[in-house]
Parts: sequence; structure tokens; C-alpha cells
Amino acid sequence: MRVRSLVRVLKQAALYLSALAFTVFAVFPFYWMFLTAFKQNRDLYVGATNLSHIPWIFNDPPTLEHVKLLFAGTPYLTWVGNTAYIGALVVLITVIFAVPAGYSLARLTGAWGERMGIGIFLTYLVPPTLLFIPFSRVISVLGLQNSPWALVLVYPTFTIPFCTWLMMGFFRSIPKDLEEQAMIDGYSRLSVILKVVFPLAISGILTVVIFAFTLVMQEFVYALTFISSVGKMTVSLGVPVALVRGDVFYWGSLMAACLITSVPIAIVYNLFIDRFISGLTAGALKG
Amino acid sequence: MPVPEGAGETVVAAPALRRRTLADREDTLGRILLTPALLYVILLVGVPFVLAILLSFSRATSGSLAFSWAGLQNFAAVLSDPQFRRALQNTVLFTVVSQILVVVLATAAALVIDALMVGKRAVRFLILLPWAAPVSLAAMAWTWIFDSTFSVVNWTLKVAGLLKGWFYWFGDPTLAMIAIITVHVWRMFPFATVIVLAGRTAIPQDVSEQAVIDGAGFWRKLFQVELPLLLPIVAVAVLFGVVFTSTDLSIVWLLTRGGPYNSTHVLASLAFQRGILGADLGQGAAIALFLLPVLVIVAVAMLRLARRVEVGA
Repeated sequence: MRVRSLVRVLKQAALYLSALAFTVFAVFPFYWMFLTAFKQNRDLYVGATNLSHIPWIFNDPPTLEHVKLLFAGTPYLTWVGNTAYIGALVVLITVIFAVPAGYSLARLTGAWGERMGIGIFLTYLVPPTLLFIPFSRVISVLGLQNSPWALVLVYPTFTIPFCTWLMMGFFRSIPKDLEEQAMIDGYSRLSVILKVVFPLAISGILTVVIFAFTLVMQEFVYALTFISSVGKMTVSLGVPVALVRGDVFYWGSLMAACLITSVPIAIVYNLFIDRFISGLTAGALKG
Repeated sequence: MPVPEGAGETVVAAPALRRRTLADREDTLGRILLTPALLYVILLVGVPFVLAILLSFSRATSGSLAFSWAGLQNFAAVLSDPQFRRALQNTVLFTVVSQILVVVLATAAALVIDALMVGKRAVRFLILLPWAAPVSLAAMAWTWIFDSTFSVVNWTLKVAGLLKGWFYWFGDPTLAMIAIITVHVWRMFPFATVIVLAGRTAIPQDVSEQAVIDGAGFWRKLFQVELPLLLPIVAVAVLFGVVFTSTDLSIVWLLTRGGPYNSTHVLASLAFQRGILGADLGQGAAIALFLLPVLVIVAVAMLRLARRVEVGA
């Protein structure tokens, strides 16, 4: 009996230890951002050959120097502004295009709608890597090189397919009876959409807004291809590419920027991840 | 839709009548609602996609808008280029190795998280951070972690007595590849874990309970009952993982810029270097197009899987 309970305790310990190991692996770079962002330079820039200086902890009191430099001495806030501006426009475009399309695919188009839906979703799998070269040609024909409008035009190419797919799943989850009842009550299809379906879909639309915005904040490849002046960059481009002095990175400020940008996005994203996953796997699992 | 007059007499006929006219309008309405999104996708994904293929057969440069037919020249040039062959090899290597690790780690992590009594949500939240953070910023954190002078990895290995010499992570091709694969795995395993977790909730509990009743031990239950049932969902995770990993430009670009000595280029980063930085759009497009077969295979596999699960359900 005693042996058996000992085994159980050991099993539980192994379970929690492995959970801890996974968590440490996942979180470690964020911890490293945090340490670097608040360490004093003399604590930060100690070569790793010095084995007596432990890099895992604050050896000197933490400092806000790097954060101050980031906000006052670098274009970080300009990049945040650019990102917000581009993000807002892309979200607007995405909602205008994707919400009606999602409804159409969910309710109105029948069997070919199903196929069309899968087709639209598959375009989400066409990666920027295949498209940035032809886009660079399209963008220069349109005269949009080094303009935020290039990104406003291009980003909906991945937000629209994905959000259409998400909205389609969302509209399907609204009971059809509700709409049929309203139509029996004398509403036309269009007024059913506006008066019955739309209010019910607000939370779905909110999900789409959040996802479109985070996708914009995460995008790097198109921004790298189209935007070359530092003042026009987005956060995810400016921080890794332009936060340098000559050849030297400001590691403290750089990691502060990574931390300050990543953590809020990650938290918001986490709140909506279940919808994201059910959207992605809906095709394969009929979830 | 106005309610028909004299509804008292035609109670039975009215719904049928209304349904038909509505159905007609639904069709039109459906098209009107769908068309804008469809046009956007056709114009800005479909057309550039075709343009990518055309460019790969042309001598186009980003300096001019001239378009002259080059036939298979770009492909011939690319195929005889050792740098390209290295990039192709690396793309396959990075994708296959990282996906194998991702599958093992994600399945294990999902089983562990599901078995937790406390802290399930917290662990899931923390494990998801790598996938949710912007990839370019995460790549910078790793660049700093693997810094040649200040690498905390080196310090820790030294202190643990596991490292005799010194790791110049981005100065040595093998080490640079290990670093790149590490970052890919770190970024993709959380995503796969969540997919597997979502899939596990769809597996009926009584199957695995029945296995216990039938006397199957932990390992037997794992390998003969649980894992086979998880297979379709793991396949979904792998398919997405293959697409995201094989086409990724940012991690290689930010970690190594393809170096040292162009030894860590992948198709995406080489296409960027030749097509955008080198202004040779034709060759860049030709290099990127080698990713197309992978994507076609993934798309077909995805549709097959969808159909199979649908039939099964």
C-alpha cells in the first residue's frame, strides 16, 4: 500500500516537472527580454566567459534607462503609431469584406458555397514567400514603394481569407430557426441579417477585429520588402531592423521593445486562441 | 417580403410560395455579399500568383518594368547554382527536423497538460506565448540569447561543465542550423500543442477507459489506443507546421542573414536576397516557386483529411 502511494506521488512529481520543463522552454526568451530590458549596462555586458558573474539574475539594481531611451531616443513610438494606423485600416477593410462573405458562405450559397469556402481558406496557405516578389512589381506599378498604403493594400490578402473562414464558422453556429422565425414574421432576408443576425454576430466580429490586428502586428516579410525608410516602419520591422547604432544593437532597449510589444499581443491572442484553433481545424475536423 | 393578402384561405400554400421567391433572392444576395471578398482575393492573391509564375520565366528586374521572355533560363541558372541547392537542402532539413521534434514535443505536452489537476490554464497560457508573440521580435530575443560574446547558453553549459571550448553560434554552419531549428521548434510546438489539445477533447473518453478495463498498461494504452486516435489531429498540426516552417523567411533572415558563408539560406531567404536585394525578380520568383510543390501536396493532403474525417463522422 505504501509503495503504491509512493509511486503515485512520484508519478505526479514527474508530471508536474515535465509541465514545468515545457513551460520554462516556452517562457525563457521572454524572461530573457525582461532581464535584458531592466539590467544596467555593466551588469548586462559581461562576457559569458566570466563564470563567476551569473547572467540569470540582477547582479546590480534594475534600471529604467533602456526603457527611457526606447521611448525618448528611438523612433519606437512612431512605429507604434504607424502600426496602429495601418492596423486600423486593415481591420476596417477586413471587416467590410469578410463579414458579408462569411455570412454568404454560411447560409446563402449552398453546395458551391462550401467549395468556395474551402477555396478561400486555401488561399490563406499561399505564403508571403511566394507573393512578395510579384507584389513588389505590383507595388511599383502603383507607385506605392515605401508607402504604408502598400501594406494597407497587401495585408488584407491574408486577413480576408482567414476572417471569412472564421465568420463562416461563426454564422453557422447561430441557429437557423432564429432567422426562419423572423422571416415567417415578415422580415426580408436583408432585414433579418441587419436586425437579427448582426447583433448576434458582434462577438464573432470582435474576434475578427482582434485577429486581423494581431496578424498585422506580427507581419514582417511584406514590411521588410516594401518599407525602407525608418520613419515609416511598423513595430515588427523597425525593432529588429532599425534599432541599431552603426553596427551595434542597443540590446537593452531592443529587448524592452520586444517585451513591451509582445506581451500585450500575446495576452490578447491567448484569450481568443480557442476560436482561432477551431477556425483552423474546422475544415479537417468539422468541429 | 410582404405577407400575402387573404392568408386565411391559403395557409398551406403560402409558405411554399414565400420560400421560392426568397430562395431566388437569396441566391442573388449571396453573390452580392460574397463578390467583394472574392474579387479582392482573386485580384491580390490569384493575379500575383500567376504573375509570380510569369516572372520566373522572364528577365524582369526591379529597376525597370520591362518584361522579356527568358524561357527556362532562370530555372537552369538556379538549378546549377550550388547556393540554391544548399538552400533547397536546408529548407527540407529545417522543416523535417523541426516538425519531427514539434510532433513529439507537442503530443507529450498535450498529454501532460491534460493530466494536470491544477494550473492547466496557466501552463497552457504560458506555453502559448511563443506562438502569439510577433515572430520578428522573438527572433531578436534568440539572436541575443545566442550572441557570440554574451550567450547565456554558453555560460550555462560552461558552468554545468558540458562545454569545453566555445560556441560561436552564428559563426559555424552546424551551430547556426541548430539555432535556427531550435527557434522553429520553440515557435511551432505551442501551436501544435493547442491543436492536439483541441483534438483530444473530441476523442470519446470511454475508449481509453475501456482500454484500462481491458487491462492495458500506460504505455500500451498510449501507443495502441491514444496515439492512433490522435493521428488525424496531429496530421493537421503537421500540415500547418510544414507550411509555416518551409516558407518562413523571418527567422533565418534575422538570425543569420543566410550566413555564415551562405550556409544557412533557405529558399525564402535566398529568394529575398536575389529577388529584392539583388533586384533580379525573375530569379527570385524561380527560387520561390520551388516551394509550390510542397504547398500543393499540403493542400491536397488537407482536403483528403477533411473528407476522410467527414466520412468517418
